[in-house]
Amino acid sequence: MLSLVTFLPLIGALVILLACRKDGAARYTAMIFSLLTFLLSLRLLSGFNNNTAEFQFLEVFEWLPAYGIAYRMGVDGISLPFVLLTTFLTPICLLASWESIKTRVAEYMMAFLALESFVVGVFCALDFMLFYVLWEAMLIPMFLIIGVWGGPNRVYAALKFFLYTLAGSVLMLIAILALGYAGHTFSIPELMKLPISFSFQVWLFLGLFASFAVKVPMWPVHTWLPDAHVEAPTAGSVILAGILLKMGAYGFLRFSLPILPDASRFFIPLIFGLSLVAIVYTALVALMQKDLKKLVAYSSVSHMGFVTIGLFTFNQQGVEGGILQMINHGIVAGALFLCVGVIYDRMHTREIARFGGVAHTMPVYAVIFMLFTLASAGLPGTNSFVGEILILLGAYLANKAVAIIAATGLVLGAAYMLWMYKRVVFGQVANDEVRVLQDLSMREVALFVPLIVLVFWIGFYPDPFLSMFHVSVKHLLTQASAVKIGAAVVLAH
Amino acid sequence: MPVQMPDINLVTLLPEILIALLSLVLLLKSAWGDENRGGSISAMVIAGVAIATAITLRGGDTTTFGGFFINDAFARFMKVLMFLATGLVLFMSQEFMRRNKFDGGEYQVLTLMALLGGLIMASAGDFIILYLGLELMSLSIYVLAAFRRDDKRSNEAGLKYFVLGSMASGFLLYGISLIYGTTGTTLFTGVATALQAGTGHISPATVMGVILVLAGMSFKVAAAPFHMWAPDVYEGSPTSVTAFMAVLPKIAAFAAIFRVLLVAFPTLHVQWNPVLQFLAVASLAVGAVAAIGQTNIKRMLAYSSIGHVGFILLGLTTHNALGFQSVLVYLAIYIFTNVGAFAIILLLNREGIGDEIDDYKGLARQRPMLAILMAMFMFSMAGIPPLAGFMGKLYVFMAAIEAGQFGLAITGVLFSAVGAFYYLRIVKLIYFDQPKEGAFTMVMDLPARAILTVAGVIILYWGIFPGALLAWSAAGVKVFL
Repeated sequence: MLSLVTFLPLIGALVILLACRKDGAARYTAMIFSLLTFLLSLRLLSGFNNNTAEFQFLEVFEWLPAYGIAYRMGVDGISLPFVLLTTFLTPICLLASWESIKTRVAEYMMAFLALESFVVGVFCALDFMLFYVLWEAMLIPMFLIIGVWGGPNRVYAALKFFLYTLAGSVLMLIAILALGYAGHTFSIPELMKLPISFSFQVWLFLGLFASFAVKVPMWPVHTWLPDAHVEAPTAGSVILAGILLKMGAYGFLRFSLPILPDASRFFIPLIFGLSLVAIVYTALVALMQKDLKKLVAYSSVSHMGFVTIGLFTFNQQGVEGGILQMINHGIVAGALFLCVGVIYDRMHTREIARFGGVAHTMPVYAVIFMLFTLASAGLPGTNSFVGEILILLGAYLANKAVAIIAATGLVLGAAYMLWMYKRVVFGQVANDEVRVLQDLSMREVALFVPLIVLVFWIGFYPDPFLSMFHVSVKHLLTQASAVKIGAAVVLAH
Repeated sequence: MPVQMPDINLVTLLPEILIALLSLVLLLKSAWGDENRGGSISAMVIAGVAIATAITLRGGDTTTFGGFFINDAFARFMKVLMFLATGLVLFMSQEFMRRNKFDGGEYQVLTLMALLGGLIMASAGDFIILYLGLELMSLSIYVLAAFRRDDKRSNEAGLKYFVLGSMASGFLLYGISLIYGTTGTTLFTGVATALQAGTGHISPATVMGVILVLAGMSFKVAAAPFHMWAPDVYEGSPTSVTAFMAVLPKIAAFAAIFRVLLVAFPTLHVQWNPVLQFLAVASLAVGAVAAIGQTNIKRMLAYSSIGHVGFILLGLTTHNALGFQSVLVYLAIYIFTNVGAFAIILLLNREGIGDEIDDYKGLARQRPMLAILMAMFMFSMAGIPPLAGFMGKLYVFMAAIEAGQFGLAITGVLFSAVGAFYYLRIVKLIYFDQPKEGAFTMVMDLPARAILTVAGVIILYWGIFPGALLAWSAAGVKVFL
């Protein structure tokens, strides 16, 4: 079941490669396969048991038995939301690319489906080596999506994205190998039980941190993100902000906290420090941006700072808030990139100064854009409010100063979002280009509807979402507060 | 007086005898044969190599000439790789050979001679035999490198390779004579016994000998700092020869390095391992950094091969079962990525382009399947999963971790990240740039299709299901454990 959800998009990519190279056929085939994947993932949800922290839908096949590497798949309450987020956003991305991608459509669709496969696989993998293989494999389609269908400076952005991520990942590989060698297995549930000496934990943590921090991205290794976002096609930005950034934070949750609890606690000040810099500094940078996409990109770094703070509070509120905020950010940042894409498709510019008075010509768009702007700023009633308040609560319990500084990020977030909104949408119609803008088509409205529903659903009634990972987070926290070094100091190298 | 019968078991040598006879027959055939004989000669060579492979695969563990010549699982693994490399390269370069009038017979004969030398190196149990094999292989390849007689660059390549190669042979011979001087024998096992007996006192001359032998072999695999010849020779040689010399001598020389270090000098491990580590790190650095500025794809692949040699040496320095195994795995994967990449270079050569990296601009627009394959070979060389190149690197790193060599492992992964840049540059040209007018209209023939399909499938298959390769290579290294 889990393998089917994971590899169905890849099968779709193969079908396109072998049978439907024509533009139209490729679009429909890709859409059908991504929708099928989404429906299948909903069946996962209906079969999922919220009351246990165990991994479910387990699948184990032999792969390289001599080295303790196996094909192990399974989800718990922490990974399932991300699987769903991926399968949910992919059809939206494909729909968003329906008209804006005109060249080499079949290859684009193939790259996107392959990307979906690998990302879902990353979230389902229960074997560290399988995880790594998929984590790296994902670079290939994303590299192509940015580089082939991106903006004018796409080559630079694509190479930067690839090399930054690769440099981080190879250090993670060493940590994975060291861990696997020490534990004689790469099975993640087994490794969670492995006692590890403190100094070894610290090294392993740094190895994993190199990779996850680049992916999140945390300050100061975030500089690839604005470039990648600005140059990527709209759907590429959506998937990048919506899902790929979550992989880094997911890595912290799945590996660093439960496998290396002592080192994770040891590094709390580092994480908090970097996160606070990210929140405040990148929010200030966002204030100064002239390019819409860059602004949203920097706001992503700032919001992911909240997430990493939440994850390292080591309490129920903070971690749950962190996970929820990742989902929220996936929805809201994705939607904001779509909003930018809508006017970019019409005016072929993202420069804030070129807009103004868009509300006069595109009223429906103005309303939708307003909604996501406010959601991004964390207005009560929207989903981000719930996530942020949980994170701040958790942070307050963990460290009051951190909570107070982080809270200023909310103010700054509201400032740059609303100011940007005002300059783009309100005021007099700025120029003739704005005057002739067409409002949203049915296809574009259809893109936003599911996202709007989720914004308010989570905003007003987050319980179904929180209860999905409540038990798993509780279990994670017992693992993360355990002292592994006392158990047996066997594995110091 | 009883006559002691020498221990001769010719069955051990069956594949070598077959290849030697075939090359002699072909030499005669090409001298007296009719016109337009190239195709039939190539067919005979490939058939002969196939039969020799079958014989090798069925062979058992035997030695002959009093341990001078060894046929064990390790030798068989390396020989099968060499047969594969020779057969594939010859098969894919037929069109190139026809076009350049290389198919008169001498070319194939020299290829076979080089192969024979390589086979002898893989089985050598004695320094003299090793030297004979090495020289046979090297001399044949020197001539091949200069095969385009009327081309200045080809002549330069041949001459350069020859002069520098002779130097390396000199090193090797000097090393061998030093070892013979201190141990009184050239037999690998004899050297080991003599060194074992004298444990406690290791003569500096012996150590010098080991280092000189290692230097000579490093030249053959183009490990830095003995790599200077590689870019020029790769660039100047005819492309089919470059493809050949990128694979065969490496396999043969690594086979020899293995046996020399692990059979003759196991007791000097402390002395040679730092040398090996230095060679590994230097090769990684040169391979990763120097390739970045290249504009000629053959030069770039020369530097890339230096980097790969660094990884293979890294596997060897770990001195554990996994590390030895990783060498074999890496070599097997290396053959197929290289053969695949050179097959595409040869294909573009039909249009008179393909040597410059810029020639690959926009390949994806005109020939999407070729582009996917080239991208696969490049990503595989860069070590991105799920392609086979990742598995090769993975085993090297696993071995380094098992040996506790974290520093070397981290050096390795960092250089692999740096190296990824220039492989990506090719993918970038293929996918992100516009093609020139009228480029990439060449016709694919059956050999090109077959080779590319085989290489592509294997690169993907070994990347996902490396089980069979791992089991086979594990059997191959058992003799050294």
